[in-house]
Amino acid sequence: MKRYEQFPHTADIGVRVFGVDLKELFENAAFAMFDLLADLEGLKGDIVKDFEIKAPSKEELLVDWLDELLFNFYTKSIIFFKFDVREISETGLKARAFGRPVASNKNRLKTEIKAATYSDLKIVKDGSGYRVEIIFDV
Amino acid sequence: MYNLEKIDDYRWRIPKSCKAGMRVDGVVYADERMIEDIRSDKAAEQVANVAFLPGIVKYSLAMPDIHWGYGAPIGGVGAFDIEEGGIVSPGFCGYDINCGIRLVKTNLKEDDVKPKLKDLVYGLYNDIPAGVGSKGDIKVSASEERKLLVEGSKWVVDHGYGRAEDLEYTEERGAVKGADPDKVSPRAYERGKNQSGTLGSGNHFLEIQTIDEIFDEEIAGTFGLEKGQVTLMIHSGSRGLGYQVCDEYSKDFIRCLSKYNINVPDRQLACAPVNSDEGKAYLGAMRCAANYAWANRQCLMHLARLVFEKVLHMGPKDLGMDLIYDVAHNIVKIEKYNINGKEKMLCVHRKGATRAFPPGHPELPDKYKKTGQPVIIPGDMGRNSYLLVGTKKAEETFYSTAHGAGRRLSRSAAIQAGRGRSISRELENRGIIVMSSGRETLAEEMPEAYKDVNEVVSVVHGAGISKKVCKMRPMGVIKG
Repeated sequence: MKRYEQFPHTADIGVRVFGVDLKELFENAAFAMFDLLADLEGLKGDIVKDFEIKAPSKEELLVDWLDELLFNFYTKSIIFFKFDVREISETGLKARAFGRPVASNKNRLKTEIKAATYSDLKIVKDGSGYRVEIIFDV
Repeated sequence: MYNLEKIDDYRWRIPKSCKAGMRVDGVVYADERMIEDIRSDKAAEQVANVAFLPGIVKYSLAMPDIHWGYGAPIGGVGAFDIEEGGIVSPGFCGYDINCGIRLVKTNLKEDDVKPKLKDLVYGLYNDIPAGVGSKGDIKVSASEERKLLVEGSKWVVDHGYGRAEDLEYTEERGAVKGADPDKVSPRAYERGKNQSGTLGSGNHFLEIQTIDEIFDEEIAGTFGLEKGQVTLMIHSGSRGLGYQVCDEYSKDFIRCLSKYNINVPDRQLACAPVNSDEGKAYLGAMRCAANYAWANRQCLMHLARLVFEKVLHMGPKDLGMDLIYDVAHNIVKIEKYNINGKEKMLCVHRKGATRAFPPGHPELPDKYKKTGQPVIIPGDMGRNSYLLVGTKKAEETFYSTAHGAGRRLSRSAAIQAGRGRSISRELENRGIIVMSSGRETLAEEMPEAYKDVNEVVSVVHGAGISKKVCKMRPMGVIKG
């Protein structure tokens, strides 16, 4: 299954993310965001960071998760490239992300993402699993 | 598909009957050629969505550079009556609070600069930090940072980055009142740390230009501008600090929608009454971010002046790099208007729209009282940029006008179109030197990714909501 694809959005970047379940959907959404930010190909690293997030709805949980990772990218200078969502419900998650410092990988950086937006955000479930369209402000 | 009814040559109505819940009509400024593009994506629906918001006055507006954004369209303008429960919406201001643009004149002519153009472009590229998450040399302690958020441009000028008269020619003198540093979270401070004096990435830029055509000799004369003269344009915003402020308040506002019994058609338009604790807190924080952005553009201009001095071996007096004006184009302001014979305080949102005060407006510096407020509309890096002035007629748009060309292609479509091409070589063949720090920035920002700014400007000029003064052509461009 494809993890994500871009869809045309005039001003910003739109991605359509897929997952068999919510866990995979959230992992793939995080991967999509960092894949837009930087070239992740062959990236290895030993930074491990744990996250625990609560939110009123699954859509808000998704934005909080992405924004938390983005905050760490900008303030701790970590490129995350692998994500393990260990527990997830519609209102909370526990996850671990793996990354490496930006410092030695500056040439990998691509697009500055300002934030994951809530615009028209809706997590949909159908026969083949979960799907969500996210617009990133860039 | 939205029904856009023609009002006149430059205006199109989205009737409030289009979507249940609209409180007022939408009005889009555009011409026949543009309207097809506007119909083809979700921009018109976003104009309709803004019309849902409580307290909206007259109509939900869009300028001719309208394009599909998040929540509100880019190019969107909405004014809300504070007394009538009018709202403020962080998403309708946008993540890049006080993204804006400044225009600097020089005493140089195109021919003075041409032989040194490459050195100037390299100099700007080397001395001005740009790109994803870039950090600047300007270090500010936590307590000083709070002062900077209140004092804006003045703080950086006091610390040696520029001249006192620069403040006179900055919207709000570079510091909007009512900034409350206590309403900015520690995380927002952390994200903005060490980013003062950095350009950012994407569509943020510095551009060396020359004046190609003058439309109004008298006003151009007041600004000290003539044909062939070299100008410098700087486009940047509030960097990580502003993004974080918008992000956190958007989240909070979604969570208090039910408290104020507000329904929004898109969560990104979450809002709260201006006169609520939440509304006041956001405005306090938003103004801090706005002041940070003015301080940032002030730093960038200062750094650019130093590069010109160094490369051209000229002193500041001979260079004459005076600030013409600095305008915000993503901001929320409280402004006074006469609505149906009554004076009203309105909360005016401009998201990708420029304030355009008319001649005689009390907020303008004395030098511009007769001309009206300078309005700066940049185009893409291959075409033109414009300097215009505000007009009395712009009262119909809450003194707002366009802010740029507006994108036509998505970034991925632009990258696709750029495969196998060297955008920098193509531009160099046309005499334009470009450099960028992002790997794909030049393709994303290629001229054909944008609408033709000449068309956008002809609509605002034709509709009378601002007046053309002169047109610039790019010579050298630094992209983030």
